[in-house]
Amino acid sequence: MIAIIDYGVGNLFSLSSSFAFIGQNAVVTGNPDVIRSADRLILPGVGAFEDAAKKLRESGLDRVILDEVAKGKPLLGICLGMQLLFEKSFEYGEYDGLGLIRGAVRPIRDVIPKDLKVPHIGWNSLSFGAEKHALFRYLKEGDYVYFVHSYYATECEESVIASTDYGSPLTAAVANGNVMGTQFHPEKSGEVGLAILRAFCKM
Amino acid sequence: MITKRIIPCLDVKDGRVVKGVNFLGLADVSSPVKLARFYSDNGADELVFYDITASAEGRALFTDILCEVAKTIFIPLTVGGGINTVEDFDRVLKCGADKVSVNSGAIRNPTLIRDAARKYGNQCVVLSVDAKRVDGVFRVFAKGGRENTGMDAIEWIRRGVDAGAGEIVLNSIDTDGVKGGFDLEMLDAVCNVVDVPVIASGGAGGIDDFVKLFQALPKVDAGLAASIFHFGEVQIKDLKTALREQGVEVRI
Repeated sequence: MIAIIDYGVGNLFSLSSSFAFIGQNAVVTGNPDVIRSADRLILPGVGAFEDAAKKLRESGLDRVILDEVAKGKPLLGICLGMQLLFEKSFEYGEYDGLGLIRGAVRPIRDVIPKDLKVPHIGWNSLSFGAEKHALFRYLKEGDYVYFVHSYYATECEESVIASTDYGSPLTAAVANGNVMGTQFHPEKSGEVGLAILRAFCKM
Repeated sequence: MITKRIIPCLDVKDGRVVKGVNFLGLADVSSPVKLARFYSDNGADELVFYDITASAEGRALFTDILCEVAKTIFIPLTVGGGINTVEDFDRVLKCGADKVSVNSGAIRNPTLIRDAARKYGNQCVVLSVDAKRVDGVFRVFAKGGRENTGMDAIEWIRRGVDAGAGEIVLNSIDTDGVKGGFDLEMLDAVCNVVDVPVIASGGAGGIDDFVKLFQALPKVDAGLAASIFHFGEVQIKDLKTALREQGVEVRI
């Protein structure tokens, strides 16, 4: 069973629908016992980092996630859920994340050419580098996925498993052992996105 | 690099797609679920569902249909039509919409964009504007393009983005239905004042019109159309192949 962690941010309808569509049993839950009994965890999230990090802490689910990850349970953070895996975010201030992946989250605006728009919205292609991570086992170099974000993960070179080009290379996905994250939305990336979720279910 | 998006728009009334639709191999062309699947399989980057129902029963039917679509189609979905309150946002977002498009509702209720953006984020709020030249000035029209509000369209869009609109759909009434190409002049004027994505609507008659759009105005992010796709005059796959051949980046 996959637990889609519900801590009060974001719309989880598409995420739970996409797992149902690929024949996986996924539940949307904020219940620590259900999360502990799950085989795999999804950390979703949209909106602002500060608010999401606060909600995660106030619900006490941050501890549950850290405990389960320490036991080796696979975790996939999506969009803001990926950003929460990092040590820090500089979105409207400076806030602590879960610290599961070394690095920080900073404004896209700092690194892209002036004429490009923020947020980075739309379909962009993935580049995997020398070695393709198991999360992308069904994908090919250059496959397109759907992004919506204004901040990006940086200072995390050793964890980057995919990047995308938006006038400057941006971190598209990261992994550190059993902790993984995608900046893009697999649940909105058509067949390519579903193939990523399928691969995650095999881990 | 980020690709230009091609977006078919489906008008839905009482749970069915209106406008004659003519597809080979698609028996029930007025089923929003089947049509959405067809478009998704054939390269649409996003879908817009426009609810033109007037009754409360029809609205409930619309959200049921939206849930059905969102359960099987995993590309971004935008919903418009009859969005007047933050509760309306809530109603369609819970059914799987990713973005919500406001038009007349934002004209009637000046705080709608700000309230919705604060609650759901700017990326969720799309400001759709029907504009037309009146004495050489772009004016905002309401009620499906029937009523001149007297508002300056460029100023209205600028204010909407300041309030939190994360995307603009600009529909030119002057070019809509004419099939003579997008309104490049109006689009250019809008692109010059906003830094959020701009989606061109109104006027597409064929593949060349999309090529011209993206070549002339690289700042335009997407092209939206209804009838040319519904009537099968343009296949999205052919359109994207042509765009790529002309050096416009698209997802194929």
